[in-house]
Amino acid sequence: MTAPEITGAGTAGAAPEHLRGRGAWFKRLPVVHQLRQSVGLQRGMLVAGLVLTVAFVVLAAGARWIAPYGWAQLRGPDGMFGAQQPPSADHWFGTTVGGYDVLSRVVWGAQTALFVVVVAVLSSIVVGVVLGLLSGYFGGWVDRLLVLVADAVYAFPSLLLAILLAIVISGGQSSMWGGIFAAALSITVVFVPQYFRVVRAEVVRVKGEAFVDSARVLGTGHWRIMTRHVLRNSIRTLPLIVTLNASEAILTLAGLGFLGFGIEPTAAAEWGYDLQRAVADVTSGIWWTALFPGLAIVVAAMGMTLVGESLNDLADPRLRSRSRSKQVSGKVAATSVVADDQQKGDVA
Amino acid sequence: MRFLLIIPTVFILVTTVFVLMRATGDPITAALGGRLTPDQLAERIHAAGYDRPILVQYWDYLSGVFTGDLGTTLSDSRPVTEVLTTYGAATLELSLYAVLVATVLGVPFGMLSGYFRDRVPDAVLRVLAILAYATPVFFAGLLLKLVFSVWLGWFPVAGRVSTAGEIEMRKAGADSGFMVIDALQTGDPAVLLDVLSHAVLPAMALGLLTAGIFLRLVRTNMIGTLGTDYVTAARSRGVRERRLVTGHAWRPALIPVITVAGMQIAMLLVGAVLTETTFEWRGLGFQLAQYLQARDFVAVQGIVVVMAVVVAVTNFLVDMIAVLVDPRVRY
Repeated sequence: MTAPEITGAGTAGAAPEHLRGRGAWFKRLPVVHQLRQSVGLQRGMLVAGLVLTVAFVVLAAGARWIAPYGWAQLRGPDGMFGAQQPPSADHWFGTTVGGYDVLSRVVWGAQTALFVVVVAVLSSIVVGVVLGLLSGYFGGWVDRLLVLVADAVYAFPSLLLAILLAIVISGGQSSMWGGIFAAALSITVVFVPQYFRVVRAEVVRVKGEAFVDSARVLGTGHWRIMTRHVLRNSIRTLPLIVTLNASEAILTLAGLGFLGFGIEPTAAAEWGYDLQRAVADVTSGIWWTALFPGLAIVVAAMGMTLVGESLNDLADPRLRSRSRSKQVSGKVAATSVVADDQQKGDVA
Repeated sequence: MRFLLIIPTVFILVTTVFVLMRATGDPITAALGGRLTPDQLAERIHAAGYDRPILVQYWDYLSGVFTGDLGTTLSDSRPVTEVLTTYGAATLELSLYAVLVATVLGVPFGMLSGYFRDRVPDAVLRVLAILAYATPVFFAGLLLKLVFSVWLGWFPVAGRVSTAGEIEMRKAGADSGFMVIDALQTGDPAVLLDVLSHAVLPAMALGLLTAGIFLRLVRTNMIGTLGTDYVTAARSRGVRERRLVTGHAWRPALIPVITVAGMQIAMLLVGAVLTETTFEWRGLGFQLAQYLQARDFVAVQGIVVVMAVVVAVTNFLVDMIAVLVDPRVRY
């Protein structure tokens, strides 16, 4: 992958960001801001990740029109598809051992994966942020207990926890929406501690700032302080965790499916389940049933990981590339963040 | 003081597993429901004690966990502890291979990547690393299997040892569970070769994933240390670039890697579960998948509890080691 050249920094970019005012609202949106801030390789990675992610979302949203057949369709106008047919004009990616069309299951699988990712990420954000905010703001023994539980759950191997929860929620198998929610909620419980820890740590930090004290002195209520003053200053790292979690959610869903705890094949298409069915095929040299669903997982997970990694780098002054400021202002040393300290602690 | 937290942590883990497994109802109905008449079912439930008050069951379970009695599996009537000791060695062996692969690939390439930061080698290596950990281990395993054992025929498709090798091991009375040790005990180089060739693909599948994570860590820390004043000072004294990396920058860059590598044990175990299923590597993960299919939740509960506790204790030990290795870390 080659990094795109940054050209035409021009005079418009010469004024430091803070002198240009706050700019248009959309330029301050999480990913848009980072995209403008990034340079060189980092911008290349971010753009590549965004392209893959958008492709995944388009595939998922347009499954109805893109997929040639239904996910559980066994026969077309010319009769049965037949099992384990190699790729052909009728079935570009071949057919599975169960006689399904691989291409259709890959496309519909994107939809299932997207549903699960959205439900899992949204619900873990809501639960994690609310718990983190309340716990960090009020403190006390509830806070200490929650931290302890969050740490313990965080240490729990994620897939194993998801397996236990899948057993609890769905008894292991279920309909399309039942399966999607079971998988999503299993993943949610795994993720909540991450949001909880991050938000709580920020809340504890922000709570000690002078503007919170002044708000309190002015007689502002707890609720308003929490939502207006503390919360808004505590969630700036969330986009980063969301993207990394989204790719982890896809991998966990696939892992669940691979172990047979996903969604029934007739209820919805799921990549992990299809890969499990393909294990035996691979041994007899049938490659198409494993390759395509697997690649779909890789592409979806990789897109989101690339976005997440880039956001991570851009959030870290040590890792941020600075050639743009070099072009713009000439002297880097005079203007940029010193890169030598605090090398510990942010390794994970 | 922080170290005392390991006790409540283990307690919470053990309790979580109990609560979750009981929330589904009793394991007997889950495993045999529909196959037995309600009367037979009730009899089995009574015999196993699942009709007692939940707190009594919880107490029984807790004392069982701490005395090493995790119950008997429903599907093949073996003590869970026996399952753990029989198959634990296989999982450990696989994990060790994977860490070896990950270290050999991840650390040097991570150092290169950090050194050539934002240039072509870095770009290539980082994309490969992200590819490595965006690929589910079971898919990586299937691809490796397809290419290297089905198409090229270089390595066996599955298992840990061929039947002939197993017979020789049994003759030599070797049953440590570690195939390499057992193979050495037979004294036959052919058996050792057989065992190693079975291990290559699973080790690669799991090791590549871990290597991607190691690479990323080493890179980040390498960039950190290469930016420090003492490296700049060494460079200004005319120390060669090669020596800067091998002599000055790498050692401090590796300390955080050790601690984080320890934390990856959870991911490694999860990866092992999936890798073992792909390669029919008969370890704990393979057994876990089997028991899940059989809906044998007593066995599942036992295996999961032990894995969770192993992870928690390992993290705890790694934290202690971090204090010993790095005097700056204080709790």
